[in-house]
Amino acid sequence: MIQAATVETTEIPALKRLLRRSQRRQQVTAIALVAPLLVFLLLTYIGPIGALLSRGILDPEVPSVLPRTTAALATWDGRELPPEVAFAALVADMREARSAGTLAAAATRLNYDINGFRSLMFSTARRLPAEIDSARDTLIGIDPKWGERETWAAIRRASGPVGDFYLLAALDLRRDADGNIVAAPEDQAIFIDVIARTFLISGVVTALCLVLGYPVAYVLATLPARSAGLLMIFVLLPFWTSLLVRTAAWVIVLQREGIVNSLLLGIGIIEQPLEMIFNRFAVYVAMTHILLPFMILPLYSVMKGIPAVHLRAAASLGAPPFTVFRRVYLPQTLPGIGAGCLLVFIQALGYYITPALVGGAEDQMISYLIAFYASRTINWGMAAALSILLLAATLVLCAVYGRLVGFGRVRPG
Amino acid sequence: MNGRKTILAGIAAGALVTVAVAGPAAARDLTVVSWGGAYQDAQREVYFKPFVEATKIKLLEESWDGGVGVLRAKIQGGNNNWDVVQVESEELVLGCEEGLYEKIDWEKVGGKDKLMDDAVHECGVGTIVYNFILSYDADRIKDGPKSWADFWNVQKWPGKRALRKGPKTNLEIALMADGVPPAEVYKTLATEAGIERAFRKLDELKPHLIWWEKGSQPPQLLAAGEVAMTSAYNGRIAAANQNDKKNFRIVWQNSLYTVDYWVIMKGTPNKAQAEQFIHFASLPENQAKLPAKIPYGVTAKAATAMIDPKILPELPTAPENIATALYINEPFWVENLDRLNQRFNAWVAR
Repeated sequence: MIQAATVETTEIPALKRLLRRSQRRQQVTAIALVAPLLVFLLLTYIGPIGALLSRGILDPEVPSVLPRTTAALATWDGRELPPEVAFAALVADMREARSAGTLAAAATRLNYDINGFRSLMFSTARRLPAEIDSARDTLIGIDPKWGERETWAAIRRASGPVGDFYLLAALDLRRDADGNIVAAPEDQAIFIDVIARTFLISGVVTALCLVLGYPVAYVLATLPARSAGLLMIFVLLPFWTSLLVRTAAWVIVLQREGIVNSLLLGIGIIEQPLEMIFNRFAVYVAMTHILLPFMILPLYSVMKGIPAVHLRAAASLGAPPFTVFRRVYLPQTLPGIGAGCLLVFIQALGYYITPALVGGAEDQMISYLIAFYASRTINWGMAAALSILLLAATLVLCAVYGRLVGFGRVRPG
Repeated sequence: MNGRKTILAGIAAGALVTVAVAGPAAARDLTVVSWGGAYQDAQREVYFKPFVEATKIKLLEESWDGGVGVLRAKIQGGNNNWDVVQVESEELVLGCEEGLYEKIDWEKVGGKDKLMDDAVHECGVGTIVYNFILSYDADRIKDGPKSWADFWNVQKWPGKRALRKGPKTNLEIALMADGVPPAEVYKTLATEAGIERAFRKLDELKPHLIWWEKGSQPPQLLAAGEVAMTSAYNGRIAAANQNDKKNFRIVWQNSLYTVDYWVIMKGTPNKAQAEQFIHFASLPENQAKLPAKIPYGVTAKAATAMIDPKILPELPTAPENIATALYINEPFWVENLDRLNQRFNAWVAR
């Protein structure tokens, strides 16, 4: 940030002090200038995102609603049914939670783990008699599920304050009654598939953007300034329209009685309308179209900097056109390719609206599920765990990219 | 959930300020909360205004978008300012379980036997009935489907089908298409084998299925010719026919229906007025005026005879329409939704 002045160390110490003071002043000014942005980022970006992500590893509902029970279960060995103390603690917790109206929070959390836990909690709480001799007999009398080890193990698994329940679930894993990590039943396993699909779709879209964007960027970079400017507007125009509008436009173009089908039917190339919407094809088309500028712009800026004399020199030394391209031009555009691919790929990973609108059910990406849990079923723990997974996968990928290509070579825009 | 609570706390705090400004709200007016829009406009003419005229009780209207968390926050926050709320069956079941509502004193609201059975609940009084129906565009299909089994018949009626995304309603539809009579549907779904059977039936249709999420989508999909048939809310289809001059048909055979209920919030100081209002809004002569304004069925048994015979066949509660219909079993879904959502998402993604 601040230029270190080169001063001979043996020179007058007073001058050094002065210099240091002025440097410090500059430093303070610099920090003061950056501070508003830092505070802004902290408050509006890092803070909220961190708070949301933390829900993926926090498990606060059960310990706060059933404090006595979680305390009593802390020393339980898990091999047989817990002792009478735990049953009595649960009865006391349930009575209190029911009158405070907080039972729903714990019941909802436990129902994520074992189907039916919700009504087990509510029906038990409702049927608790006023006087109780043996809490154990009473509870098992109300519902035999209280006599099963698995029921109590689920409460202990949810005893928080931190837990791996959501993170494991996001990896299609769960813990059994003995605390071992096992695979989720096949009909409940979904997330690994969807994450793999997210990466596949992003990869294909990136490749398509590169294949389509490279020649366009080349033409833009080699045309005279005036016509290049005009073409550039065509590249940028989609940038200025809303993502939603562009996606909806593709629905109109691709649908069964849309423009493309009408045209093809009209000139007699096809007899049945093609299915081009609500499938993977539509997702690739729409996402590639939307993300193309992010590929073209970095490529263009890099190509603009390649002197034409290099190519002419290579040609005059006898290289055929393809060799000129492969040996001289392509290597010089690599930084642009790297930057463009990274930009497109990372944006594609988080795509949600476009696949939701033009894709079918088997084309949804991980952010669809994040939105599903965050806003539909209000299961924020699951949404956060999936977000952590997506973020981690992206960071790993960036690290690998940095290793292979090196961020130093990336010159975006 | 906590985030939502925080927002609600904010709203509640705001409400508190309003109350403080307005002075001590000891004698708060009866506050009735419904779903806004065209529906509440109709209710205003049919129930709210006539009620105020007839009883001289002051009535304050509000609207909301559902969610049991809203009601939970009101009761737990201790500054509840709502008295009568119209809730969907999910909020009815959850809130009743959690003790958010007063138990209904049926003597005071007109008696159980005056209403259809599904409108009677320990915490709620049913007020409207609306359906999930099979719909198609009669301008494109002349000899249309008659049942959910036809919905599966892609040989006779080629083209895509649309269903609402999620397990709720679709497992029921699949079983009925597979020949399970409505009365047996939830008994079958209570078993693992029954759920398996429903998913296997959906498997058959999967290559032809697309999914909608918002109630406004089915009429659009039909209008664009994107699908040959779809499940839909009957009100949306009626609206498309009326406003956009479409020729969509409704197949009432084995439709699914649900009921919206009035509930009385726990501990309200206006309990007597609230009961008086619900009683008024449950009288057949009052209910009979609603369907002319908006195509929902009403719950009073005697209302059917008073409804204009021209619009009756378009209503969920017309005798021949409701005869084969299935009441959506909300307690089943409250119990099983987490697991079945997960399974459905996994199935649909495969």
